[in-house]
Amino acid sequence: MTPEEQNAFEEKIYAYSGAQVCARTPAADAVNPAMIRHWTEVMGDNNPAYTNEEWSASSARGKTIAPAAMLYVWNQEGYTVTTGRASDPQTDMVELFNEYGFTGVLGTNVTQEYFREVSPGDTVHVEMVIDNLSERKSTARGPGYFFETLATFTDQNNEKIGTQRFRVLKFIPQEQPAAAAEEKLAVPSRIASPRGHDNGWWWDACDNGQVLIQRCKNCQTLRHPPRPMCGECQSMEWDSIESSLDGEVLSYTELHHPKIPGYQYPLICAVIKLREGTNIVSNVVGCEPSDVYIGMRLKGKVEQVDEKNTLPQFYPA
Amino acid sequence: MSEYQTLSCADVSVGDKLPPLDIDISSGLIVGGALATRDFEPVHHDKSVAQASGLPDVFMNILTSQGLMSRFVTDWSGPDASIKSLDLKLGAPNVPGMVMTITGEVTEKDDSTGEVNVAVLGENNIWGMHMQGTVKLALPQEG
Repeated sequence: MTPEEQNAFEEKIYAYSGAQVCARTPAADAVNPAMIRHWTEVMGDNNPAYTNEEWSASSARGKTIAPAAMLYVWNQEGYTVTTGRASDPQTDMVELFNEYGFTGVLGTNVTQEYFREVSPGDTVHVEMVIDNLSERKSTARGPGYFFETLATFTDQNNEKIGTQRFRVLKFIPQEQPAAAAEEKLAVPSRIASPRGHDNGWWWDACDNGQVLIQRCKNCQTLRHPPRPMCGECQSMEWDSIESSLDGEVLSYTELHHPKIPGYQYPLICAVIKLREGTNIVSNVVGCEPSDVYIGMRLKGKVEQVDEKNTLPQFYPA
Repeated sequence: MSEYQTLSCADVSVGDKLPPLDIDISSGLIVGGALATRDFEPVHHDKSVAQASGLPDVFMNILTSQGLMSRFVTDWSGPDASIKSLDLKLGAPNVPGMVMTITGEVTEKDDSTGEVNVAVLGENNIWGMHMQGTVKLALPQEG
């Protein structure tokens, strides 16, 4: 899109700002126990305020109510949507976005406010406007525009029940074949360490349940993590010993955010001083994060932590 | 005394954590949730349409996410609590085979009105954050 084309496009879409999507319209069905029960059944919601008439009669409300989160349900168009929506300013605007390549659609935020509870017998009315259109944004999904609709809900007496503000991103989708998406459904595992010439042997031993510490053949100095040359005497001759996995916390941190897929939280990463004298970075598990302290004695175990990875994990000794 | 208890404002403190809730995401829940909220958009019941939109399978509609968030909070508060607002940011889709864990924490409380804010997070085990937001509840002033 050239700057001129973008200006022409934006002029067209911004014309929809403030447009009324629908005038105040009553729901086809009044609030009713059947639709409420179908909803509570799927949500697994046993709140007696929704479905237990006996309890509700003796409650402060004196009657059952509809779940507040059903506010938007009453005025839904229904089955006809399977073959497309009737033309209104919102569908026309969406169509305009699609014509210009902004075919992706993503609901990003929805905010509902409730001014009073509704009960069977009430009839929910809705009116909706396009309230807000953003400037062009670069998003992780691709370039696009946000628009907001504002729905106002009233009852049969034109008394306000609530509002809903819904924010939608229309964007130019980046290529994402279905097959790639399917692959992503595998349960994630931890990030595996690359195994190279100088450290592969250490990880192979770990797979077999052993934590090894590299030792200089010339001066007997221990070193970790694995590397080709002794830092003391520069010898490249080495062998290894097996660690006792007795250790103590030298330092630690709790990882909160962002959560990395494949890791169990709470997640403590610690620098652990092993009895043999070298340090290792590992996890402290088997206790609350608040129980961990510097100097805490630990005992390590080599464990399979997920489908792909075997790692030492340290427990309170 | 009723078998259903409702927390009063005095029972609740900022920092209180709600009992976590695990939801198994099945095709049944996604399609059932879409229909119980009268949402007949094909991406919520037709796998081929969902795949054409770049996802591996049908995915949960927003009204079901809102419903689960509402249930999570009132399961904790009890039935005399009244929901005042539900503010929800949407993240990764929920598709069949995932498990969504919902957690929550009281972040604000106003003793004069009995209103409390609960920060709610729903994370699925594959893609992470599905929904994150705040539910405002009015609790009875005393039990």
